[in-house]
Amino acid sequence: MINKKLFFAFCLSMIMAMGLLSFKLIKNDNSVKSHETVSAGLTLPEGFQAAIIADDLGSARHLVATPQGDIYIHLARAKNGKGILVFHVDGDKATLKSSFADFGGTGIAIKNGYLYASNSREVYRYKLDDKNEVINPDKPERIVKGLIDRRTHAPKAITLDNDGNLYVNIGAYTNICSEYDPNKTGCPILDSAGGIWQFKADKPDQTYKDGIRYAAGLRNVVGLAWNQQDNQLFVMQHGRDQLHNLFPNLYTVHQSTELPAECMFALKEGDNAGYPYVYYDWIQHKNMLGPEYGGDGKKLADPKYINPVAAYPGHYAPDGLLFYTGNQFPQKYKNGAFIAFHGSWNRAPEPQAGYCVVFQPFKDGKPDGNWEVFADGFAGTEEQKASGHAVHRPCGLAQGPDGSLYVTDDNKGTIYKITYKKQ
Amino acid sequence: MNIKLTGIFLASFILLFNALYAQNNKQPIRQTTTGTSIARGKVVYTNVCLPCHMADAGGVQNMNPPLIKTTYVLGNKTTLIKIVLRGFNEDVEINGQTYSNTMGAHDDLTDRQIADVLTYVRHSFGNKASTIKATEVAKVRAIYKK
Ligand code: HEC
Repeated sequence: MINKKLFFAFCLSMIMAMGLLSFKLIKNDNSVKSHETVSAGLTLPEGFQAAIIADDLGSARHLVATPQGDIYIHLARAKNGKGILVFHVDGDKATLKSSFADFGGTGIAIKNGYLYASNSREVYRYKLDDKNEVINPDKPERIVKGLIDRRTHAPKAITLDNDGNLYVNIGAYTNICSEYDPNKTGCPILDSAGGIWQFKADKPDQTYKDGIRYAAGLRNVVGLAWNQQDNQLFVMQHGRDQLHNLFPNLYTVHQSTELPAECMFALKEGDNAGYPYVYYDWIQHKNMLGPEYGGDGKKLADPKYINPVAAYPGHYAPDGLLFYTGNQFPQKYKNGAFIAFHGSWNRAPEPQAGYCVVFQPFKDGKPDGNWEVFADGFAGTEEQKASGHAVHRPCGLAQGPDGSLYVTDDNKGTIYKITYKKQ
Repeated sequence: MNIKLTGIFLASFILLFNALYAQNNKQPIRQTTTGTSIARGKVVYTNVCLPCHMADAGGVQNMNPPLIKTTYVLGNKTTLIKIVLRGFNEDVEINGQTYSNTMGAHDDLTDRQIADVLTYVRHSFGNKASTIKATEVAKVRAIYKK
C-alpha cells in the first residue's frame, strides 16, 4: 500500500527532476561555443593550443620559469628525496635537467638572482648563476623558520616585491576558528596565522618576531602575486566552508554551495580582510557578517574590513595567480590576471565545480570587467567533475620567456603549456 | 543559473522526505533492528558527514579521508565513536595517505544518532563490521565528558 501523500510528492519531484534535466541538456547545448578549440584535453578560446609537456610528476604545485627556458616545479611531497624538479622546455618538449631540495612544498619564486622555495614551516633560497641555474643545490640558505604548521592550510605560498621583501601566506589552521573561539570573543589564532606576513628577502633565519603581519584576516591564500603595474600585492582567498551544515536554519544547501565567494584582494600594509568574522556574498555583492558572530545572511560586515576587488563562485579553490605581461597572447590579456582554480569539494551534495583556469581582465592595475573561463576540461568527463574525482586539478601558473602560459596539475602531475597562434 | 527551478525541485524533495519521515514515525520507535538503525543512520550521514566524506564515502584527495574499509571504520568501536564525538585532527596516515582537513567534534549528535550513523557506515560502501549501539556511545561519551 502506497501512502497517497508520499506518492504525490514522489511524482512531483520526478516531474521536477525531468524538467531540470531537460533544461540542463538545453543549456549544455547552448554553451558549446563555436569558437573554442579542444587541445590536450583542454577547452580553450579560439587560436590557443595546449600541449602536455610533462606527466606523472607527482603533486606538482607552483612553478616558475626562467628567461633561458627552464622551469622549476615544486612538488607537494619530495619524490625520491627531491622536492624541486628542473626541466628545460624546447617547444612542446620538456627534458628533465635535474632535481634537488629534500623538502616538498608549494611556494617557489625567482627574484634578484635567487630561487626561493618554501615548505610548511620554512622558506629557503638558492643562489642562481647568470643562466638562472642553481649554483649549490645542496646548500640553500634558510630565510624564514618556525612558521606554524597544523596540517590544515599548511602550505606557505610566497611572492616577492621590488623592494627586498618576501611575502608568505600563513593559513588559518581551521575552517572558521569556531574550535578556538567558543565564546566568540575574537579568534585568538590570528596573531600567528590567517594572514600574509612580510619578511626581508635576504636575512637568514627570520622568525615571527623578525617579520610583520602585512595583512590580517585572510583564511587561506595559495595564489598570490605582486602586481608590477601598480606595485601592489594581490592575493586569492579560499573562502570558508559549511555555511549550511553549521547553520541549516540560515543557509540552504544551494546557498552553501555558491557562498561565500572566493575573493581577490588588493592588499596594503595593515589591511584586514575580516576572517573569520565576515564573508563575501558574490550574488548580493556585499560583505556580510559571519553567522558565527551574529550574522544571518542579511546583516552586513563592519566596513573596517576591506572588500575584495573581484569575487568568484564558492569553493572553486584558487591556487594560482599570475599577471600576464607577455606579448604572445592577444592584447586583451596583457596585464590581466590568470587564476588557476583547483576545483571544489565543499559543493556536495550538488555537483562539484571549478577545475579551470580563469582570465580576469585588468585595467590600470585593477580588475575591470567580467572574468571568463580560459582553460577548462582538466577534470575529465562531466561525471568525474561533478563527483569531485577530477583527473587533473590546476594549481600553479607561470609565464614562459616567449609569453606561453604554463599550468601545473597537482593530481596527476601533468604540466601544460598553452600557446597562441596568430590567425 | 536555474535557482528558481532548483528551489521548486528542492521543495518537492523536502515534501517527499517529509512524507517519508511521517511514514517512518508510524513505526514503533523502540524496535531498533540493524535495518532501522541503518536507515536512520543514512539520514545522519547525508546531513552531517557527506559534505566532507562524499556520497560514495570516497572522501576528497589530500583533504578528507574515505570511509571505505579503513582501519578506523572497521576497527575498534571505542576509537571510532571517539572520532565522531571529539573530532579528529592528527598527523596520521589513513590507508597510506594523509589528509589535511580537520574533522570537528560532533558531540551535538545524540547517542542514538552516532550509533546509527556508524552502524550505517559499517554496513555500507563495501564495509562489513558489527553494529554499534546507543549504549556503547553513551559509555564512550561518559569517559570523555569534560
Ligand atoms: C569537516 C569535514 C568532516 C566532517 C563533517 C566529518 N568528517 Fe570525518 N574526517 C574528516 C577528516 C579531515 C578526517 C581525517 C583527519 C585527520 O587525518 O586527522 C576524518 C576522519 C574520519 C574517520 C577516521 C579516518 C577514516 O577515514 O576512517 C572516521 C571514521 C570519520 N571521519 C567518520 C566521520 C563520520 C561518521 C562523520 C559524520 C558524523 C564525519 N566523519 C564527519 C572530515 C570530516
